[in-house]
Amino acid sequence: MNKNQSTKWNLDPAPESAGHVQLKTQYELFINGKWEKPNSGKYFDSINPANEEKLASVAHADENDVDKAVKAARHAYENVWSKLSGKERGKYLFRIARLIQEKAREFAVIETLDGGKSIRESRDIDVPLAANHFFYYAGWADKLEYAFPNRPVKSLGVAGQIIPWNFPLLMAAWKIAPALAAGNTVVLKPSETTSLTALKLAELIEESGLPAGVVNIVTGYGDTGSAIVNHPDINKIAFTGSTNVGKMIQKAIAGTDKKLTLELGGKSANIIFEDAPIDQAVEGIVNGIFFNQGHVCCAGSRLFVQEGVAETVIQKLKDRMDTLYVGDPMDKNTDIGAINSKKQLETISKYIQIGIQDGNEIYQSNCALPSNGYFCKPTLFIDVAQSSQLVQEEIFGPVLTIQTFRTVDEVIQKANNTPFGLAAGVWTDKGSKIFNLTSKLRAGVVWANTYNKFDPTSPFGGYKESGFGREGGLHGLEAYLG
Amino acid sequence: MSTKQKDIQIPDFRFTPTIDKVGVEERVARIQTRSIKGESKIQGMKMVLNMIDLTTLEGKDTPGKVKQMCYKAQHLHEAYPDCPTVAAVCVYPSMVKIAKEALGNSNVKVASVSTAFPSGQAPREVKIMDTKFAVEQGADEIDMVISRGKFLSGEYNFVFDEIAAIKEACGKARLKVILETGELVTLDNVRKASEIAMYAGADFIKTSTGKIQPAATMQVTYVMLMAIKDYFNKTGIMIGMKPAGGISTSKLALHNLLMVKETLGENWLDNHWFRFGASSLANDVLMQLMKSKTGVYQSGDYFSLD
Repeated sequence: MNKNQSTKWNLDPAPESAGHVQLKTQYELFINGKWEKPNSGKYFDSINPANEEKLASVAHADENDVDKAVKAARHAYENVWSKLSGKERGKYLFRIARLIQEKAREFAVIETLDGGKSIRESRDIDVPLAANHFFYYAGWADKLEYAFPNRPVKSLGVAGQIIPWNFPLLMAAWKIAPALAAGNTVVLKPSETTSLTALKLAELIEESGLPAGVVNIVTGYGDTGSAIVNHPDINKIAFTGSTNVGKMIQKAIAGTDKKLTLELGGKSANIIFEDAPIDQAVEGIVNGIFFNQGHVCCAGSRLFVQEGVAETVIQKLKDRMDTLYVGDPMDKNTDIGAINSKKQLETISKYIQIGIQDGNEIYQSNCALPSNGYFCKPTLFIDVAQSSQLVQEEIFGPVLTIQTFRTVDEVIQKANNTPFGLAAGVWTDKGSKIFNLTSKLRAGVVWANTYNKFDPTSPFGGYKESGFGREGGLHGLEAYLG
Repeated sequence: MSTKQKDIQIPDFRFTPTIDKVGVEERVARIQTRSIKGESKIQGMKMVLNMIDLTTLEGKDTPGKVKQMCYKAQHLHEAYPDCPTVAAVCVYPSMVKIAKEALGNSNVKVASVSTAFPSGQAPREVKIMDTKFAVEQGADEIDMVISRGKFLSGEYNFVFDEIAAIKEACGKARLKVILETGELVTLDNVRKASEIAMYAGADFIKTSTGKIQPAATMQVTYVMLMAIKDYFNKTGIMIGMKPAGGISTSKLALHNLLMVKETLGENWLDNHWFRFGASSLANDVLMQLMKSKTGVYQSGDYFSLD
């Protein structure tokens, strides 16, 4: 009966071409519609984390550069942008959205080269979603009084925006689109490891004919960000990044009248009940934790499985992990690309070591990793204690902890027992169970029978140490209106 | 029930695992973004050819048409060297003898539909006679249909017993059980019917007759593959899979093959465990293979239509 002449059938490499991409060797600061050399004359390297090769030099902005950018933004706000009708502002945003779509392929390739995420994700998720955010907020620009009826709506002024390295272009879109739609001007700083798509966006904005100074992009490290936060002429700070930096920002602006939204870390619970569609739940676990190499603030990094199906779910999860393609982010078949930076890989490895030393059961998928670049195997830790560092702290990598539970009350208690509260996932065939949990889980987003789904119309943000304020949807627009 | 299954505990089919349709669609969409290129594409296409059940199931079938199809089954395209044969030909019981003679000592199997195919609207005795006739005529494989009406009215025991009875009538012939998923409508039903068929003794489970649309969508095939995987994990018994109807391009066939690899693994990538029920797929694959050799697409006139 067993006639297994098992054929080895492996896919050939299917690399996306980078030939059409235009990258400069050196990037300046985008201030007042012009490319300005940094005051300090300093530049830093942007590295491709998949092969550790340098992609470009990027200007390092200091306080003087930030001051210049804020002045340009203020000037544009007072003289041009706040005087323009909503309809005219909307036209510019629609134009930017369309240009992103036109250049989608180039943006996707640069995002992958610079950040290490798989081309599948940057092509199918990051870039289309970024365009959608511009489209969505473009539509609101001339309808603000209908968005918030019976109250006067007024823009805030100059917004200082600091974005992380995990979704560089998408986060720029989340920040810039609502700010501009509401009538503000912006100074935006991308992360030092992933500046390139923000700079390409600056080129695109230049091409769109947006009035000079409405969007200014200053690149640099933490000191550049701190210069933005501490600048006296900024009306609003929007930050996405780590909880530690978020706390520093909140301290820094205490006593000023700057408005603030923070979108910080997370340690989100993904909860699988016995009556869940198991195979689809396993897909949801994979999408929850291994999406973007786990560099997702709302990653479903704590898995709770109901006792009766725990063994099945863990076995199926292991089997599925073994079918994931880990490696060259530019290959169209890659599921999991490179870790964004050497520093982040060291952080993740540190946590994996802690997990091993604590004596937890570990499983890593049996894939070979490329010899160059920063890569990490998808990793599970099984039966981890609630008090373990792995469960308490955000790892920001492809590392999942698994705990089992018996009753609904128990899992609600454990899921909420964390300083964070960004997202959660609930998997069950029973609608009433979903609604019971959505009202009791203290998390900004609760996904039911899916995970990591984003849409411009849907607000996103956290509870507790995951931050405050919402981005996306009408809530995201409100954050830029007085 | 066959001997291999006598120790297996039969589950309560009212409580089979639930399926989330949206999740299945997403999973399948992920597989369809895979890029199959170069040598892996050629290797995959040869596997596809070797897994085809070349099919003719029409009222107007003639002995001549069946003989010609049997020749094609062994000689797919002389212009392409080292072309594999298909796995089997699939015909009505009345044509089994002709097909068997035409195929002679080749490795190509003869599969026969039975049990009042395609509707299955006949008493059990008739279905058993139909099956026994096909086996006596020399069929190596029997493709039966389940009683969809009984299934939809919740009479799972009836469906189970019927499959077990046909399995007995098959003797040494391998039994493929057609669920006719287009009539079962929901993926939950597809999962349930798959389990009933496997526990009742199916050697293969098969999506469709080809007479009802939709037929072998990747979503349906995915659910059936996962059912096979769970059954294998519980019992250690491998069950074959045959999507049939609607797979007419090499791209779709390759994505089906990749889906098998990513769910059941390489062990199922063999025509003993996986088949395509198709009539026009072979020529599309041949056209792609010739293109990979010559660099240009040839017109359909260069590929025989048997």
